[in-house]
Amino acid sequence: MDDNAKITDDRNNHNDRIPTVVADGVDIVYRVNGTGGGRGSATAALNRILRRKQSEKAAGVRKVHAVKNVSFVAYRGEAIGLIGTNGSGKSTLLKAVAGLLPVENGRIHTDGQPSLLGVNAALMNDLTGERNVHLGGLAMGMSREQVKERYQEIVDFSGINEKGDFITLPMRTYSSGMAARLRFSIAAAKDHDVLLIDEALATGDRSFQKRSEARIRELRKHAGTVFLVSHNNKSIRDTCDRVLWLERGELRMDGPTDEVLKEYEAFTGDKPAKPKPKAPAPA
Amino acid sequence: MSQVLDTPPPTTPAPAPVDLAALAARHGLSVSGARPSLPEYIRRLWARRHFIAAFSTAKLTAQYSQAKLGQVWQVLTPLLNAAVYYFIFGKLMGTSRGVPDFVPFLVTGVFVWTFTQSSIMAGTRAISGNLGLVRALHFPRAALPISFALQQLQQLLFSMAALVVILLCFGIPVAASWVLAVPALVLQSIFNAGVAMIVARMGAKTPDIAQLMPFVLRTWMYASGVMFSIAHMMSKHTHTPSWVTSALQVNPAAVYIDLMRFALIDSFHAKQLPPHVWAIATGWALLAGVGGFIYFWKAEETYGRG
Repeated sequence: MDDNAKITDDRNNHNDRIPTVVADGVDIVYRVNGTGGGRGSATAALNRILRRKQSEKAAGVRKVHAVKNVSFVAYRGEAIGLIGTNGSGKSTLLKAVAGLLPVENGRIHTDGQPSLLGVNAALMNDLTGERNVHLGGLAMGMSREQVKERYQEIVDFSGINEKGDFITLPMRTYSSGMAARLRFSIAAAKDHDVLLIDEALATGDRSFQKRSEARIRELRKHAGTVFLVSHNNKSIRDTCDRVLWLERGELRMDGPTDEVLKEYEAFTGDKPAKPKPKAPAPA
Repeated sequence: MSQVLDTPPPTTPAPAPVDLAALAARHGLSVSGARPSLPEYIRRLWARRHFIAAFSTAKLTAQYSQAKLGQVWQVLTPLLNAAVYYFIFGKLMGTSRGVPDFVPFLVTGVFVWTFTQSSIMAGTRAISGNLGLVRALHFPRAALPISFALQQLQQLLFSMAALVVILLCFGIPVAASWVLAVPALVLQSIFNAGVAMIVARMGAKTPDIAQLMPFVLRTWMYASGVMFSIAHMMSKHTHTPSWVTSALQVNPAAVYIDLMRFALIDSFHAKQLPPHVWAIATGWALLAGVGGFIYFWKAEETYGRG
């Protein structure tokens, strides 16, 4: 899955711009059952089953066009921020780059396997933190030896044991902050070719955030390219040198961090607090 | 509604300067989210074998972690199940008449059937119940139904330990034929994993399958001689054609149950098995295992959508 050998070959060549992710006219559409015509009534459901092929609209399936015709090229060594108001399609785009959501039109080409930073789903609340570290590491595709090797590092980084031996307790007994810290620590333990981060920096207290930012910079050194979704303009400024601004699924701007953030801040009206627009697309 | 809500026309993107697809091809990038070839898929699945094992064990442990008795329920649940069936079928309905060693006969049937039943039930929700995992991490999706089947196998091994105690209590002698339980279990596990993959794909596309499945499974259970002997039952109904009996006896659930009875219970003789029983058992395992795997792989890139 990981083509580490291929990457190291040309990592030294920073002058040639080597693309790692190429998005070519990407459209992403969500389909939601049981809305619209008939409002999920029995007839609508029957319609849906019998005439699946004919007309999605008649069958009460609503289409949500979350990302519309987005094209960009990301190069090795770049850290790219994705910004936009809630529901503008940032997370959706990230998932498609990771190959976790199928695209409707267009293509996404990637170098190696991009990994989305997030193992939340593989962890189980009824298990101890210790077993969750093992499970999460294996879920990300690490070998058993790698997990064993990194185990202490992960636990130390999470700081779970700072206030006592909590790593041997079930995760359901953790505070939400502790759980979030452990999740981030597990996810950040692996080196990635293309790393996709979805608002992970917002977790934990200030000292943990500092450590996370340092870890992200480190990951960036090892990774070909880093994508970061965040609503925190400061953390985008700190970590990214290029920003893509998505609005209602469309790519509005693509350029150096300062330029794009200036426009974006003017758009959202950071000074006078205006209600943020809410687009229908799921984030 | 302020005017900020209206998205002004996109200001930038200069139309792609180069043909993006050509650029990607030049640098040897691969298409994200495309389905890997079958050998590559098997290779990736094999690379995740430790995850599959850890995931199934974790699920099994997590299952009873809140209960006061904890892991004791692993053994207690199948025993209680067997007790209920013994009361209803053995005492109230009297299916035990003419079946020697009825309690071991019944308990073996219930345990072996439960393995298949719960593998299939877990399989229907393997993808649709783990969408979070599927959407967050990249791994061959077949790992999910397989690890659920593996979880049920581990569960069955607990039950088998209980079964051995029951067998000894009812005076069944330890015999060399007990070894035959191992190949029977292996074949059944392959069969179960295969069917779990088939229903996992169906359940991913149509979650309603999970509502329907209990009825299908219950019908299948009553047709497989879990709590009665098919041959014995059919001999009472002389007007049923003999092919019905044969058809019931070669259905995979009945085959695996009878093989296990044959292996463990000395009063269950080879003549009670349908002809060529090992060939049939292997055939079912290969058909479901290979067919189910390919069927599941065919839709690999669609899991997690919508």
